Amino acid sequence: MQIFHRSTNTISRATIFGAVFVIAALFWAMAEIQRSPYVTYEGVVKPQPVAFSHQHHVTGLGIDCRYCHTSVEDSNFAGIPPTKTCMNCHAQIWTNAALLEPVRESYRTDKSLQWTRVNQLPDYVYFDHSIHINKGVGCNTCHGQVDRMPLMYQYASLQMEWCLNCHRAPEKHLRPRDQVFNMEYQQPVAGNPALVDGQSFTDQDSLGLFLVKKYKLRTERDITSCSTCHR
Amino acid sequence: MLSFRRLTAFVLMALLWLGGCRLDMQVQPRLNPLAKSDFYPDQRSARSPVEGTVARGDLREDTYFYSGKIGNNPGDYMPFPVNQDVMLRGRERFNIYCAPCHSRLGDGNGTIAQRGFRRPPSFHIERLRKAPLGYFFDVMTNGFGAMPDYASQISARDRWSIVAYIRALQLSQNASSAEIPAGQKMPSAMPEQRSGLDSGATPPARAPSSKDKNTEQRK
Repeated sequence: MQIFHRSTNTISRATIFGAVFVIAALFWAMAEIQRSPYVTYEGVVKPQPVAFSHQHHVTGLGIDCRYCHTSVEDSNFAGIPPTKTCMNCHAQIWTNAALLEPVRESYRTDKSLQWTRVNQLPDYVYFDHSIHINKGVGCNTCHGQVDRMPLMYQYASLQMEWCLNCHRAPEKHLRPRDQVFNMEYQQPVAGNPALVDGQSFTDQDSLGLFLVKKYKLRTERDITSCSTCHR
Repeated sequence: MLSFRRLTAFVLMALLWLGGCRLDMQVQPRLNPLAKSDFYPDQRSARSPVEGTVARGDLREDTYFYSGKIGNNPGDYMPFPVNQDVMLRGRERFNIYCAPCHSRLGDGNGTIAQRGFRRPPSFHIERLRKAPLGYFFDVMTNGFGAMPDYASQISARDRWSIVAYIRALQLSQNASSAEIPAGQKMPSAMPEQRSGLDSGATPPARAPSSKDKNTEQRK
């Protein structure tokens, strides 16, 4: 006895065929969610006790990154400045601003300002700022144009694929050491060459390969090895 | 019903596997730098050493190196020989930590002074040109007047490098034409391009070029 009409054969075939696409779409959606700011916090501004503007302090006043992040050149941790660093200037500037009351309170009472961490790596990742700085990776290569961020946010996804993009081909991103803290740095082009050791470079490829040698970068195999970052 | 038993086994295994989804690796039972600690009343995981602690290699036997003073008076010599590297380091550190107030020229007209901080004296006045080297080191270490101390932000060796650079700035601003090496043009030519940015800091904001303006209008 035939329960279903013959035409349902086509429907069942189409369903089986369609399932392939449905499953593929599910995988695609999962991958997208995993890479989305919902999971990575990329580009998400987090609430802070004080609405500190990097844009104002860096672009407006010309203060170097290292004035506050003092340990970035010789430690794995860039350093969040103590309240005293804020008070170096704000003891005399904007002394009545309500916005800065938490800073003054922290200074008066010796209680820490509890900033919300913006760039957070999982604990199973070993990361060191100093090695990146000293091998010619610019601040804004990973942190973005912090000098144009009125409120701080995480610029990159900080996912492993993002780390590896650079570790597989560091020469595409390296810059001379004296340009690491320059937020306006542009990769060299014919009209705007980079000078290193008296040599002029007009494209990133040649500059990058030169810097890989000059700064004695480890081989791609070494810096993409699991135990380099997961130790 | 072998297939049903297989299916059950598979589902159970999958559940076990889900049980592995914990954040023990992501959030390990250790404290990251400056992380909050619930153990201490002030919630700081970073603890100050007990008073009187001397860290290894930090005995500070060389009192002149760490104070700039001989007895109670500032000394007038560098505790280590000055070479090109020391001067370059001094310039870099000066431009990071001192230039916001003192300006890159050392004339006391930095951006922070322009924004209302008490204007520091120029390094090029008679009193400071005659001040001994140790005096500058002492001011950086302990602060002076409105200026806070920079002992925690700048290492002692870097403070001395800055001292050397300040002296060079003073000499450069008061040099006579006789002191210029023969064949060198004054003022010296501007560096050809961006390699002239001493500290590598972001240069002050530039007026947008006409091209940028056009693109903005189009938006």
